[in-house]
Amino acid sequence: MTAKIAVNGVTRIFGRHPRQALDLLKAGLSKEEIFKRTGQTVGVLDASFEVEAGEIFVIMGLSGSGKSTLVRMLNRLIDPTAGEIRIDGRDITKLSRAELTELRRRDLGMVFQSFALLPHLRVWENAAFGLEIAGESLKARRDKAQQALDAVGLGAYAESFPRELSGGMQQRVGLARALANEPSVLLMDEAFSALDPLIRTEMQDELLRLQAERQRTIVFISHDLDEAIRIGDRLAIMEGGQIIQVGRPDEILKQPANDYVRSFFRNIDVTKILTAGDIARRDQVTLIRHTGEGPRAAVRQLRERDREFGYVQDGRRRFHGVVSVETLVSAIERHNGSATLDEALLPGIEPLPVDLPMDEVLPRIASAPCPLPVVDGQGAYVGAISKTAYLETLGRTR
Amino acid sequence: MEFKLPIGDWADAAVMFLLDHAQWLFDGIDLVVGAVADGVQAALTSLPGVGLAAIVVLIGLWRNGWRFALFAAASLLVVAGLGMWHQTVDTLALVLTATAIALTIGVPLGIVAARNDRVETVVRPALDLMQTMPAFVYLIPAAMLFGLGRVPGIIATIIFAMPPVVRLTSLGIRQVPHELVEAGLAFGCTPRQLLFKVQMPTALPSIMAGINQTIMLSLSMVVIASMIGAGGVGNEVLRGIQRLDIGLGVEGGLAVVILAILLDRITQSFGTPDAGGRSPRSALRSLLNRRRAERPKDDAHLSPTHGVTEAG
Repeated sequence: MTAKIAVNGVTRIFGRHPRQALDLLKAGLSKEEIFKRTGQTVGVLDASFEVEAGEIFVIMGLSGSGKSTLVRMLNRLIDPTAGEIRIDGRDITKLSRAELTELRRRDLGMVFQSFALLPHLRVWENAAFGLEIAGESLKARRDKAQQALDAVGLGAYAESFPRELSGGMQQRVGLARALANEPSVLLMDEAFSALDPLIRTEMQDELLRLQAERQRTIVFISHDLDEAIRIGDRLAIMEGGQIIQVGRPDEILKQPANDYVRSFFRNIDVTKILTAGDIARRDQVTLIRHTGEGPRAAVRQLRERDREFGYVQDGRRRFHGVVSVETLVSAIERHNGSATLDEALLPGIEPLPVDLPMDEVLPRIASAPCPLPVVDGQGAYVGAISKTAYLETLGRTR
Repeated sequence: MEFKLPIGDWADAAVMFLLDHAQWLFDGIDLVVGAVADGVQAALTSLPGVGLAAIVVLIGLWRNGWRFALFAAASLLVVAGLGMWHQTVDTLALVLTATAIALTIGVPLGIVAARNDRVETVVRPALDLMQTMPAFVYLIPAAMLFGLGRVPGIIATIIFAMPPVVRLTSLGIRQVPHELVEAGLAFGCTPRQLLFKVQMPTALPSIMAGINQTIMLSLSMVVIASMIGAGGVGNEVLRGIQRLDIGLGVEGGLAVVILAILLDRITQSFGTPDAGGRSPRSALRSLLNRRRAERPKDDAHLSPTHGVTEAG
């Protein structure tokens, strides 16, 4: 499969004579030397990465690291000095003005840090802005804008003006505007950075919810690592115009490329990066629930392995429940031989989803009577997390 | 030895040269400006005085509320009571003509200046010159090139009153937040769409302030232009000065002030959507379709969705 967006060797130089600076770069001079000699600034230097369709790709870096320049090259608000950018395999750096306009209208949506809503337009007119620019009929504009506003929970505010809304609500309008023409790529430049922390988290959840409903390719710029980890499928870390490392959050956490990256992660809470799936262990006894395997066989198996709890699956590995030696024995006594595993299930055991962050695992295992089972998206048993295993993980990463 | 720059001589020679060689141009301008002025004058006087007053009061009611409408009605009565009605209408016609022409030239010039730094560097000192040159100075060449009467008065007024609208149009467009322009481009605006759908509407308060200033300057210049026979209330003021007739001067001055206040408040209300509570567009729309405008309130409590919590 080819990538949705492929960025290859992209460089941007700010100044009057970018070609000259580019030659010096090729000759091996550093950014600082080039600035000293020519007064030209290298905004982004030889950036390469790929974004897969349907993923949220977060570009992280401190201010001045070139991340905003980089995202603006993806829709050519800023033209690259060198390199190629392919979207769906087409090199957009070679598009004509008309083709570029068409691409922006059809395939690319953008959300801005300052919301960038038009103050003289109502909320629905703002949401319909891209549609109006593309020449859609009034009716189509109204309908699609209303749909987009409904999707972000602002359907009731269609007739308001942006200034009548709070910051979080304004950015929902910004999001609705970007979603209204159903672009396949969404560019988000520090989209939630201007919001206060509570609203920011709410908006991140909102974005994840929208993404779960319909998968878009999202390139998200952020300087906030917590945010990047929370929403990003993969991260690219930038420093001084260069991409230092690309990977999944846990990969970068486990193997930071350099001290800059490490320092980013120093203050980060690992319990927000690692998930239930990362710390689940497969050393518990699993029992298959079918007619042949009754409570007696289960008790024997548990005693042989010296375990107190058994994790019951059905024939297709779907997790069914947890039994203990105690509940099995009492079930056998009650039903006198005709008992099934179902009658011995511990009540109130909620399996943990495999992608549940570690910090949310803690309260649940703390109150559970047994190591909690972890299941994947299809409900299949992945492993279990005991209190001991949890603490060991914490101790190892700190 | 006496040293003197011959700039006065040059200006003199330039006007003479124009008079000799470009008379056709001034005749053309004379024709066009005269026609516009005639049209405006005819439109204003086609109604009986009461009708015109009623229109002004109604506009005041729509834009500024009933208090202002009341004030407008009273002040128009005062004008009529002073016996200055016809002169005031003449002055209004001169102001509207000069303003219309100044805007027709000034707004596009401001747009070009906003989008092109070179134009801006040429236009800016020219505007400074136009604005700071004593207003009377324009009267001399205007009278020489166009003769005495209404047209040279209007021309001098246009030159004197145009700078603010050019300046504030350019400034307003230049001050449109960068991210708004980026948003326009990111959603696929052509340069034309960017101008008319993003930059102009966003700069509208600034442009309206410029238009307001242009109207006010027109009014003050039109009074001065009565010295070369432009007519209107200015004539009364001028007569008052010539005869040292304090009463006549005060009456004429009062009519000018009343016209100024009415024009100022009404034009200002178009520039600040918050002052009257609504922008021109939304006011029009809510007049046409009140039900739709009220809908959000009805729906708000029905959908306890996300975001509602942040409203505070």
